[in-house]
Amino acid sequence: MSVLKKIRFMDSTLRDGSHAVGQRILPEHISAYCQAIDQAGMHSVIVGHGNGLGASSVQMGLCAMDEMDMLSVAADNLKRTPLGTFVTIGFGTIRDQIVPAMRAGAQTFCIAAHCTEADTMRKHVEYLSHVGREVYGVLMNIHLASPEKLLEQAGMIQSYGADGIILMDSAGASTPEDVKAVVGTLYDGLEMEIGFHPHNNLGLAVSNAYTAILNGASIIDGTVGGFGAGAGNCQLEALLALLMKEGIQTGAKLYPILDAEKAVIEGMLEYGKAIEGTCVVSGYAGVVSTFKNRVEQVASDYQVDARDIFVELGKRGAIAGQDDLILEVAQMLSREKYRGR
Amino acid sequence: MEKIRCAIIGSGNIGMNLLYKIKRSHVLECSLFVGRNEKSENLRDAGRMGVNVAANSTQALIDQSDLYEIVFDATTAEAHRIAAPLLKRMGKHVIDLTPSKVGKLCVPCLNWQDCLGEMNVNMVTCGGQSMVPLAYALTRACPQTTYLETVSTISSASAGTGTRENIDEYILTTRQALQEFAGGMPGGDGRKTKAMIVLNPADPPIIMRNTLYAMAEDPDLEEIGKSVGKMAEVIQSYVPGFQIMVNPVLLQEGIIAVTAQVEGAGDFLPAYAGNLDIITCAGIEMAEHYARQWLEEEGRCLF
Repeated sequence: MSVLKKIRFMDSTLRDGSHAVGQRILPEHISAYCQAIDQAGMHSVIVGHGNGLGASSVQMGLCAMDEMDMLSVAADNLKRTPLGTFVTIGFGTIRDQIVPAMRAGAQTFCIAAHCTEADTMRKHVEYLSHVGREVYGVLMNIHLASPEKLLEQAGMIQSYGADGIILMDSAGASTPEDVKAVVGTLYDGLEMEIGFHPHNNLGLAVSNAYTAILNGASIIDGTVGGFGAGAGNCQLEALLALLMKEGIQTGAKLYPILDAEKAVIEGMLEYGKAIEGTCVVSGYAGVVSTFKNRVEQVASDYQVDARDIFVELGKRGAIAGQDDLILEVAQMLSREKYRGR
Repeated sequence: MEKIRCAIIGSGNIGMNLLYKIKRSHVLECSLFVGRNEKSENLRDAGRMGVNVAANSTQALIDQSDLYEIVFDATTAEAHRIAAPLLKRMGKHVIDLTPSKVGKLCVPCLNWQDCLGEMNVNMVTCGGQSMVPLAYALTRACPQTTYLETVSTISSASAGTGTRENIDEYILTTRQALQEFAGGMPGGDGRKTKAMIVLNPADPPIIMRNTLYAMAEDPDLEEIGKSVGKMAEVIQSYVPGFQIMVNPVLLQEGIIAVTAQVEGAGDFLPAYAGNLDIITCAGIEMAEHYARQWLEEEGRCLF
């Protein structure tokens, strides 16, 4: 077990939380939330489409407002906390998203790729590092690669000049043993900081974040209220209380986070906080939580079981951004059902 | 029978795929295959196939300029930007498979005739070759379309260094082609467009899949289905592995979705790499249009 450093919180409430409301985050949500959370000692507040800037689309959901306006509104309402944003390679580009985001006030950048495709982010990370922005490489869907593969990929990101790596358990499919092995391997093999972004499909988000910390992670990327895709994320206030009990320093303040949750997030949630059945199955099948809304809609359109869609998507190795596959799978299941009669 | 002689520059996967296809062509032959690394296995294999090979890159094209009339450039955008003026001075026709966009964007089933007078044509991107024709067909049957979006999923195994280094260029070029070929609206400001790509590492590798979304009020799905189906047949005439997987359907009110997959012909590359196959097929198709025209003009015997 490693020596514990001060833990920093990346607040993805307005980014991953976009998924929870079908990307319908409004300017008043952003301004109210940013004002409230600015007192809470977050390392950075990440804002944008759930799949990152440039992902506002039919494929992954259209934002209710211009993506750059989301950043501008947030920048206007954050006085102490740096504004951050997120870009997935293949959806957003340096020219159309990263440069305008810098102009809109973004200081911290998370550049994401599927966990085996780190080389696709080289230009983006090098560019941001060159212009002096804080930049993290994000590897998504880590349950689909071995610790050794993830170390190789993270090593590439380190060589591009990133300040750190954030590992995303995008489907909430990692067991505590997986987290221990992956974070431990990266901690031993890397110079840069390691962050972890859990999902709660199997009810393990806070626990897996804690395991990551005990094995060397110094950044936890989570959300207030656990507000996020599918079953939601690591609920930062719960993790903070746990870390306070254990005497682990964070710089984050509990009451301001609880107040922000009460004042803004509670009113935005369209569903209860218990883990829904489809989300449990998505975690079991190892399929990204971001598919939930489309899966449920298409399941109802084609009169098939949403859970069966998730299982089939898992068999096909579907990853973030492949939302169009849901329709094809639903049509196939519907044909099978018809034939079976 | 006489054939038009071609050079291929770039001895990677795309170059080899082109070589295999040219071998089968009735009007094209490969008279020069150029790489930049003497130890390249592909170069050695091409030599064994009886092709004249060289490892000194652009210099070989200059030294042996009497050997060919058409050049296929399968290097990189940066390399092509340097080579293009040289090739122009030498009066060579260029089929550019890099995302350099030096020449006119070429999607053969939509504009091969317009490209006949061009000295340098650019073959857009794999996603562009698959989806721009369908976008064109869809908007013809549904002129009230206001928005077009494409997303392509390719296997990681089929994405070489060039693709991986240039994902941004892929997006910008695909989007530009959507705009040029299907973005104009009668009497309107032009349609909004968006292009995206996903690399999936699943093993065994997945076959390339593409989805086109369109926004339009009161779309006539039957007319759209007919128009898109007809275009798919035209694409299939030079890309046999092109297949509609989800016929045009309403995803929700005012949003149409259509999905197609592209299976490769297995020339040098595995069948899942339809993304590489569709762009080389398109390049060969355009080169054959040049060749047929020249053979006819010059009264050379075709067959």
